[in-house]
Amino acid sequence: MAKRILVSTRKGLFELGRGRGGWVIKDDHFLADNVTLALHDPRDGTDYAALNHGHFGIKLHRRDKGKKAWNEIASPKYPPKPEGLDDKDGWGKPVNWTTQLIWALETGGPKQKGVIWCGTMPGGLFRSTDRGDTWDMMESLWRHPDRNKWLGGGADIPGIHSICVDPRDADTVRVAVSCGGVWVTHDAGKTWAQSAHGMKFDDGPASEVESPDGQDPHMMVQCAADPTKFWVQHHAGIFKSVNDGKQWTRVHAKPSSFGFGVVVHPEDADTAWFVPGIKDEKRIPVDGALVVTRTRDGGKTFKSLKKGLPQKNAYDVVFRHAFAIDETGDMLALGSTTGNVWVSENQGDSWQLVSSTLPQVYAVRFA
Amino acid sequence: MIKCRMAKVYFTSNLRRHVDCPTVVVVGKNVREILAEVFKVNTRLETYVLDDQRAVRKHMRILVDGVAVKDLTGLTDTVHSKSEVWVMQALSGG
Repeated sequence: MAKRILVSTRKGLFELGRGRGGWVIKDDHFLADNVTLALHDPRDGTDYAALNHGHFGIKLHRRDKGKKAWNEIASPKYPPKPEGLDDKDGWGKPVNWTTQLIWALETGGPKQKGVIWCGTMPGGLFRSTDRGDTWDMMESLWRHPDRNKWLGGGADIPGIHSICVDPRDADTVRVAVSCGGVWVTHDAGKTWAQSAHGMKFDDGPASEVESPDGQDPHMMVQCAADPTKFWVQHHAGIFKSVNDGKQWTRVHAKPSSFGFGVVVHPEDADTAWFVPGIKDEKRIPVDGALVVTRTRDGGKTFKSLKKGLPQKNAYDVVFRHAFAIDETGDMLALGSTTGNVWVSENQGDSWQLVSSTLPQVYAVRFA
Repeated sequence: MIKCRMAKVYFTSNLRRHVDCPTVVVVGKNVREILAEVFKVNTRLETYVLDDQRAVRKHMRILVDGVAVKDLTGLTDTVHSKSEVWVMQALSGG
């Protein structure tokens, strides 16, 4: 069972640990700075933290196992933009070839010690083979002609927020793009193909609603023990795939299918959790009551889990990375835009409030 | 004879919180050359001031003798003898 939770917030990184009475804040790092994402690498015990300094750009820090100090390491860097290149996104806006957000950090395969994947805005995917000392851009994806169809959804620019390294073969990697669908490589990034077929929007021109390249998966997860199966919390609802992401089908949940985060049980692909909001233009919990929805039958039915969560005047939004599950599948953590953090040790049946006074939470991660 | 242009480069305290960058005197005839001299001995500082395309970061400002540089990508603005160059952040909220 996980011993720590890393909580990335607008004003620092907070480290939670389990005390006698439950989970508490044990430590803080980068206080007052904007920490947008963290990663714990179970292969060697390293922690990583991504910061967005605004003025000074995007930075990555690393802390070795058992050490107190963080050290700044290299941040993913875009290659020089060819002179005269008219590079525009799907909205027709010029693309700035500069890392503007680290939006995904994942470890490589179990045998690929030191390999880290990083997804960014405006859409670059990077891989390090030396624990972040250096980064290589996946130019095969960046220079794919369909990349120019990608566009910003809630953000102004597109980005890669989900990276699933296949547990069967670490050369197979799937990434989800807001907005740009799902992309898969089976040769460690030499070639890429679109894999969002079946996803669709409710509104829009007929030619666009089912176009894979314009889909807006908010978050994508893969079941570790049953890796042909995936879940996506999409802008227009919930989608699942049972055939390696080749085809996606829609699932409907109550009280809503709109949201950002999704987690899947590591051993049971039919069990997944979501945090619903009302809908796109009303991004608050339904009736001011925060619930987590859980399916145990692959999306046929959902149960609303609310014990320990506020059921009145709650306006928490849970960002896509602010919802996590541990490797046992029993523990979940949830952080919100209003600075609340909850932990469940029983698959969401009940929740413990860890803090209601943290800064806006961007991400939670078990460690 | 080419006249040597010695500029004094200052960094704001906000930047010095992240990177050790004391005031330095360097030689150069424009902002690009001046900064290149600074970054030669302080490589980490470059990523805080310039973006991936080596343009001035969106929310950074560079002033030469109190005047904001105009060429934010080429950094060709002239630096004179005894110029004072300030590397600072623009104001922001949050």
